[in-house]
Amino acid sequence: MPKIPGLIKGLGVTMGTLGRTVRDGADTVQYPHAKEAPPVRARGVIALREDNCTACMLCARSCPDWCIYIEGHKQLAPPRRAGGKPRQVNHLDRFDIDYALCMYCGICVEVCPFDALFWSPEYEYSEPRIADLLHDKTKLGEWMETVPEAPELEAGAEKKK
Amino acid sequence: MTMLSERQQLSYIAAQAADARLNVELETEGMTLNIGPQHPATHGTLRIIARLDGEQVVWAEPSAGYMHRGYEKLTEVRTFPQVTSLINRIDWLGSFANEVPFILAAEKLMDIEAPPRAQHIRTILFELSRIANVGLFLGDLGVQMGAVTPVFMAFRDREYVLNLIEGATGGRFHPNFDRIGGLKDDLPKGWIDETKQVMKKLRRFCDEIDDLLFGNEIFQSRMRGVGVIPSDIALQYGLSGANLRASGVEWDLRRDQSLPMAWDKVDWKVWTHPDGDSWARCWVRLQEVRESTKIVDQLLDTIPAGPVMAKVPRIIKVPEGEAWVSTENPLGEMGYYVVSKGDLGPFRVKIRSASFNNMSIAPWVLKGVYVPDIITILASLYFILGDIDR
Amino acid sequence: MSALLAVEIPYWGQSLLRVLGGIVAVLLPAGTIVYLFLFKMMSFMQSRLGPMEAGPFGSMQLFAEVGKWLQKEDIVPAEADARIYKLAPIIVLLSTFLLVVVVPFGPDAYFVDFSAGVFYALAIGSVSVIGILVAGWSSANKYSLLGGLRAAGQLIAYELPMVLAVVGVVIQAGSMNLQDIVVAQNSGSIFGWDGVGFPFVLTQFVGFLVFMIAVQAELTQVPFDMPIAESELVSGYMTEYSGFRFLIFFIGEFATAGVFAFIASVLFLGGWGVPFSWFGWEGLDDVDNWMNIGGPLIMFTKMLVLTGIIMWVRFSYPRFREDQLQRFAWKVLIPISLANIALTAIVKVAV
Repeated sequence: MPKIPGLIKGLGVTMGTLGRTVRDGADTVQYPHAKEAPPVRARGVIALREDNCTACMLCARSCPDWCIYIEGHKQLAPPRRAGGKPRQVNHLDRFDIDYALCMYCGICVEVCPFDALFWSPEYEYSEPRIADLLHDKTKLGEWMETVPEAPELEAGAEKKK
Repeated sequence: MTMLSERQQLSYIAAQAADARLNVELETEGMTLNIGPQHPATHGTLRIIARLDGEQVVWAEPSAGYMHRGYEKLTEVRTFPQVTSLINRIDWLGSFANEVPFILAAEKLMDIEAPPRAQHIRTILFELSRIANVGLFLGDLGVQMGAVTPVFMAFRDREYVLNLIEGATGGRFHPNFDRIGGLKDDLPKGWIDETKQVMKKLRRFCDEIDDLLFGNEIFQSRMRGVGVIPSDIALQYGLSGANLRASGVEWDLRRDQSLPMAWDKVDWKVWTHPDGDSWARCWVRLQEVRESTKIVDQLLDTIPAGPVMAKVPRIIKVPEGEAWVSTENPLGEMGYYVVSKGDLGPFRVKIRSASFNNMSIAPWVLKGVYVPDIITILASLYFILGDIDR
Repeated sequence: MSALLAVEIPYWGQSLLRVLGGIVAVLLPAGTIVYLFLFKMMSFMQSRLGPMEAGPFGSMQLFAEVGKWLQKEDIVPAEADARIYKLAPIIVLLSTFLLVVVVPFGPDAYFVDFSAGVFYALAIGSVSVIGILVAGWSSANKYSLLGGLRAAGQLIAYELPMVLAVVGVVIQAGSMNLQDIVVAQNSGSIFGWDGVGFPFVLTQFVGFLVFMIAVQAELTQVPFDMPIAESELVSGYMTEYSGFRFLIFFIGEFATAGVFAFIASVLFLGGWGVPFSWFGWEGLDDVDNWMNIGGPLIMFTKMLVLTGIIMWVRFSYPRFREDQLQRFAWKVLIPISLANIALTAIVKVAV
């Protein structure tokens, strides 16, 4: 078979792609009208379950660029059993994440010993002003609704305790 | 694979010499052209200072450092787990591959080894980031030469790979998935089948690029015999990766080194090309993408069962010592020299990134070429600015 | 010389009609090419949809772009030769308008019936070189200078094969008048069979190929876009231009593509005509009046086909290097077209 010149072949590739696009539609997604679902594990935004947080500061300390701001105070909570001593608990006053600084490494979620931080694949929270990217604990709490279940693991994986 | 004939090489050299003589006779005045730091061809802030005589380069020099982010210094004030989140920004197109040598160096110091399952998945992700990185290079090659279509194909198919990386690690660009002693997590269900599908798509992408770009006679005439780097010069300048293999040196750290990775468990080939010109460098990379898809396919079938994390303390303190580990990254040899004093973080990290050394040959190889060839030679040398400036 | 309509129109009216017609004949193809090929065909070839938001299927995108360019500041570099710098894009666009003047769109739908039409068209086509050279020189930018010089070298080099390719047609038609060339093609016959007339592309296929390659180079489209070469010269001679002056360059680029495609379809593809035998016409005088409406439509279709091919090549190929491109013109195209002329002349004399 004689070799087809590359120039002709190249034209064939582009025309073939044109035909495929006309027939099957484009590979792109018309973003505001149609959206792609990010994977379950996608690191979109960090959500906070406030009840679990004990203001232990582990996340804030392990953050590579220190974008988590935590303030808390100790207060007395009513005792668990009647007649017991009042418990001393850490109350969370402020939990801010500056998403303008955050580099989405996920170390805070990993180090959290009380399962208070979660990754959500939510990604549409851009702001016109950079300062507006500092989100407080109510906003972070709202994102808890978008946190998906952890995916099942591939065959051969060891179950987590 | 055809060798460039000696006649072709000689005629190229003779043409350049004739031009240079003519310019001397006419006593023309040169001009200095600054290509960069902001220029469409340098994909980043690289600056090339070129002294021109007409369209011919008398000398050229790359001037790096416009995007220096000081990672070597930054790592000294971070703990070991934090470092991985920083260093995967060095070569941002193949970011998982940046994490691996550092983690391996830390593991070497701590004298632990990741479980076999983690080694396998590491190797898969490593090769996926190579595909994402070099796949984009293949598309970008067209743009450097005015062909606009290949880059869209490259972006389209890279997206599949990035989706895979995101599906497994959570991060599209910066996975931060490698941990001292293993991996952060196991693979999600269905990931292996999806990866096999994507590997098929990528092989088709390689064929498309082969037809659209590599088979194109214009492309060949632009690339063949241009920017020839002989093997001895390549070794002297410390080139690595595909740039070195394209000069005919059979050198691949994946094969030549015994690391706790899974490359030795599969069957693959180190591609070389005898010519050492721009064409050879691009051609070798195209073959390497194909080879990587084969490696991934084979590895996917043989993932052993078991844990993905060795037993490591929760707070990692690396014992005192020094370790050097380098791997064959998408751009070439990338290594970390880690010095630890037994603290939470490293005492000193020296990063050997491939692009910096690959760029150092630019003054040698750009001498005497035409202005349009600067772009093709730089494109074929393939650098990532983050990898040069760190 | 009859006007576009049967009724008598005063001279100023005719002039006005011609000016309007000229603007339509330049801008309509340019807009259509940009939307159909640059926005849509290119996107589809890259597996995407292109602009979709402005108007149905993004059809108003071009107007949005024009609006954007008009709003932008008209920047003149401090070192630039301001007057010439401002003039350059207008020279380029002007050459396009001057070029369309000789193109016949129908039996009576032409601007000027010029007996040396081919000669004029090829001469005026090279006026844009001056505009480009001036733009590159006056910008006071090294990239612009390199781009302008490359453009000058390239456009002059490819002017020659273009002229030589046309000579074959002129020999065959025996006329330099574009209208006569159209008539010769449509009233001709192939070995006595006159079903499709006798478009010169059949005999002058080599000439057609050389002409189209030269047009590609004249338009500085890939693979001959070394003067613009956005990956090395930023944007060549257009680097410093912004706002509406860039817009004029942009329109000029695509309008010239349309006009050259018009000329190519006149010279090689039978122009506005349908084969005269279909309707039993003998010559130009027999042609029905409706061809004055149908002719432009036929021309437009042919133009779209030709520019479609130009754009298709543009989206598929990488570009030549400057020296390769010169070598291609002087060592390949010119000898081929010279041989073509010799062959045509021999056959013409022999038959």
